[in-house]
Amino acid sequence: MTSQPQIVGNSPIRKEGIAKVLGRARYVDDITLPGMWFGATVRSSIPRGRITSIAFDPSIPWHEYTIVSAADIPGENCIVHLTKDHPCLAVTHVNHCEEPILLLAHPNRSALPAAVAAVHITYEELPAIYSIEDSEKKEQIIWGEGESANTFKTYLMQKDQKPIPDEIWQTADYIVEGEYRTGAQEQLYIENNGVIAEYDAVKGVTVQGSMQCPYYLVHALELVFNLPAEKCRVIQTETGGAFGGKEDFPSVIGSHAALLAMKSGHPVKLCYDRAEDMAATTKRHPSRTRHRTAVSKDGKLLAGEIDFAIDGGAYATLSPVVLSRGTIHAPGPYHWPHLTVRAKAMTTNIPPHGAFRGFGAPQSIFALERHMDKIAKVVGLTPEEFRRRNFLATGGHTATGQLLKDPVDMQHLLTRALEESNYHAKREQFDRDNPTSTIKRGIGFATFFHGAGFTGSGERRLNSLVEIELTPEGQPRLLVSSTEFGQGTNTILCQIAAQTLHLPYDQILIAQPDTGHVPNSGPTVASRTAMVVGKLVQRAAQSLLATLAPLLSSRSAAEGPAVASELPHDYTPEDFRHAALHYLAEHGSLKTEARYQSPGDIFWDDETYSGEAYPAYAWAVYVAEVAVDTTTYSASVTNFYALQEVGKVLHPILAAGQIEGGVAQGIGYALYEKCTWNNGHLANNQMTNYIMPTSADVPPIHVTFEEIPSPHGAFGAKGIGELPMDGPAPAILNAIEHATGIAFTEIPLLPEDIFERMTRTPEAGSESLDTAVAGPIFSEATA
Amino acid sequence: MRSNITQYELVAPKSLDAILQILADSPDRYTPIAGGTELMVALGAGRLQQKKLISLWNLGELRFFEVTPDAVHIGAGATFTDIRNHPVITSELSLLSQAASWTGSIANQNRGTLGGNIVNGSPAADSPPALLAYDATVTLVSTRGSRTIPYRSFHLSYKKTVLAPDELLHSITLPRNLIGYKTYIRKVGTRNAQAISKVAIAAIARTKHGAIESIRIGAASLRETPARLIATEQSLLNQTVTPATIAAARSALLSETLPIDDIRSTAKYRAAVAANLLEEFLHTL
Repeated sequence: MTSQPQIVGNSPIRKEGIAKVLGRARYVDDITLPGMWFGATVRSSIPRGRITSIAFDPSIPWHEYTIVSAADIPGENCIVHLTKDHPCLAVTHVNHCEEPILLLAHPNRSALPAAVAAVHITYEELPAIYSIEDSEKKEQIIWGEGESANTFKTYLMQKDQKPIPDEIWQTADYIVEGEYRTGAQEQLYIENNGVIAEYDAVKGVTVQGSMQCPYYLVHALELVFNLPAEKCRVIQTETGGAFGGKEDFPSVIGSHAALLAMKSGHPVKLCYDRAEDMAATTKRHPSRTRHRTAVSKDGKLLAGEIDFAIDGGAYATLSPVVLSRGTIHAPGPYHWPHLTVRAKAMTTNIPPHGAFRGFGAPQSIFALERHMDKIAKVVGLTPEEFRRRNFLATGGHTATGQLLKDPVDMQHLLTRALEESNYHAKREQFDRDNPTSTIKRGIGFATFFHGAGFTGSGERRLNSLVEIELTPEGQPRLLVSSTEFGQGTNTILCQIAAQTLHLPYDQILIAQPDTGHVPNSGPTVASRTAMVVGKLVQRAAQSLLATLAPLLSSRSAAEGPAVASELPHDYTPEDFRHAALHYLAEHGSLKTEARYQSPGDIFWDDETYSGEAYPAYAWAVYVAEVAVDTTTYSASVTNFYALQEVGKVLHPILAAGQIEGGVAQGIGYALYEKCTWNNGHLANNQMTNYIMPTSADVPPIHVTFEEIPSPHGAFGAKGIGELPMDGPAPAILNAIEHATGIAFTEIPLLPEDIFERMTRTPEAGSESLDTAVAGPIFSEATA
Repeated sequence: MRSNITQYELVAPKSLDAILQILADSPDRYTPIAGGTELMVALGAGRLQQKKLISLWNLGELRFFEVTPDAVHIGAGATFTDIRNHPVITSELSLLSQAASWTGSIANQNRGTLGGNIVNGSPAADSPPALLAYDATVTLVSTRGSRTIPYRSFHLSYKKTVLAPDELLHSITLPRNLIGYKTYIRKVGTRNAQAISKVAIAAIARTKHGAIESIRIGAASLRETPARLIATEQSLLNQTVTPATIAAARSALLSETLPIDDIRSTAKYRAAVAANLLEEFLHTL
């Protein structure tokens, strides 16, 4: 058998790591093209209104500038995501602050800020709406009409496609209601959004820049320029973080830069600074979730109604799919005999919200995992025991009716996580110590799952393609549009190819994502790369090996002729190179491919919102320890345990890094990061006042994995990228409830919020959870 | 970078005398710039109004420590890092080195100066509460000579100070007679590092037979300038720490502070936490 060392499951050095560490990696703002100009964006200063005039201040030598308005757009004035509601440049009306109206370009970058300020735009202001509640009132219709007025999308998801029988509510021992809210969150990638665009009348448009999904931008450019796909070339440059914030937004900035390049006749670089990026680009959708749950006195969930609403901002962008993921994750890893989820994405006059790691799931999971603690208290069980009585298990069915065929063991995960965190002993210790301390300590947890890959039939529609070619030197090079933005795409895909090809990891090359050269392996989103694209890389590598098999087996030692159905494995890297060069000498080139094949047993019905929502799920239990200082009313996370089952871990160091980073981002989501909107303007669009936690605010994070190989991913991998965003916020607030006895329901939870609640007079409302007082129906109204 | 740097002028004379002469002669006022940790932020954001800058950075005449038996004199050009590394300050005047350790990042501390922190006049600045608790004096210089005044009289109103247009802050003097004092400093920021204070208190006090015979309290972010809490001090002088004196001191603090609602916090929160910090200190006496 092969003596090749195990590559998958070990942690080789990152493919682009050396260049990054040595400062050789070139990000878009490091790149200069001959004759390149610089671009800037003139934006609306009001949240909603009609543009009445645009004047150019005579103090500026405007003849030096290229000025682009919507009239210069050769194709449709539209940034296409899922619907065509989003103008590339505003014409008559604006629907949010910072909406792009004009574009400017100039050879001198420093000549732009003054010019932007010298474009004077007047408006007839219209009333704006900023919240889900105001949007629901429909006093102002700012999007759509009739049923869809102010509503980008709705879903109705019912267990077994049946409504909840009335008698469940009439006979349940308890009915527990709750409302939960989450705020917007900025992705805060280190590198701001930026691109360089070129235009050639014959060749078309070329845009290079920082992004996750080059083919999304191709799609957007086709529409804006009315060009065929082959004349819209997009190249991903080294990308300094994304977190979803470079999924849909590059379609905007990429189209803008390309319009400036076309009109100016120069390459144009358009890179936002932090203040512009924070004010004008997408954030995580704020949410409101209402739960109404019927429970038996022995702690069994009988039925649940979940109303899930998200604020999509002014245009739809990806709101329908964010809403979809939030809807499907709303029931969590529990068995619901009856369940109805009603979901909607509402319109407001806030800059459009977009993709952000977790993609709707952190919102609905926050609500559910806070609600589960609330129900446990009402029923009189511990949070642990109540969950144990309701966990999904192998052979069970999710709320969409999906049979869980692959092994699932939440009971074991919970046992292990509570043991590793020493949960029970700490809970007792904190209960003993808190009464005499000004620092109140608590421990809490969340149990959750996250689906890997596109939802439902999404992967089938993507129809992803991966290729592997041989370089003239006989080295395999992966051709994928899957992008590296710090999370490890390059590394894990090369590990998979190396393992499959029985070659050393450093002999595998991966091409820069350039749509002129790489096939569409789908967007780099949805925790799909390791599982879906990884599997395609594995298959393309197997195909390459099959092609080279005759040449490799002829070089193998005296094993006799290779069996046709069996791929060769007993060869050295030198054998492979000889075989590759031999093949190239004979045939000129070699490129193999693998296209997505839907597993035969995956079915999804968009009409009834039922079926196999995801091919595989990651399962997790996160435990948070907190300290609430009653002198300053501030809560901090003092220790964190993250246990997850994610299938085979391809690269343990990168995987742990993903989890640690996600937990840190989740801590920010829970306790620090608040978007302060002031009449639709983001008031804190700088890192001084948008409070992202520092390393001094993040506790030790203990990351552990269970590995149950999944049949859907290469070498058994499932998705991992988004999972760690889901659990921290509810685990932290559950711990804060243990520490303080106060059931907070909203994030971000800032010291000022804790102060308001702790110093509230008792008459202002009580949260007594004594069921004798609350009666059989425990709701906000009776609390 | 939202500013066009070609529109700015920077001069960097080699001596303090030359700088003072330029300040005295120039009809267009120059704005002194030392570490630049405040002005460069404004420049990057496109809101630095002052177009003529005069550099004080690393000027030996302003970047010094002089230790005498009675006092420590700190040159206005000493950086936060210099202060954190100074043995007498870290051992005898540790409220100041602690405050320095909380300022910005390590990079900020390597550039930011004590003088800059003071003359910038921010009510949220990190070093002033400690300087007020230590009853610092400040020495101001110009071609007309020098004058030394108590630091507590330096700030006039929001971002306004007693500095004349031709005058520079030269040095800060901290007395060393602190035997028997208990000290306290706590900054409540928006996070544990790289934060601007929502409220901060520094205090020193000495008791005799259980009664407070001397107390000084400095505060940040509770008024339009860094503030000595004189009324609070008065309420505590010659008192023992009891629930009643704590309550009186809390209400004195609330009576002499005017915290505001802003992007970082609320007035109510600031007032309550300031009183809590004071109480936390009093419990240590």
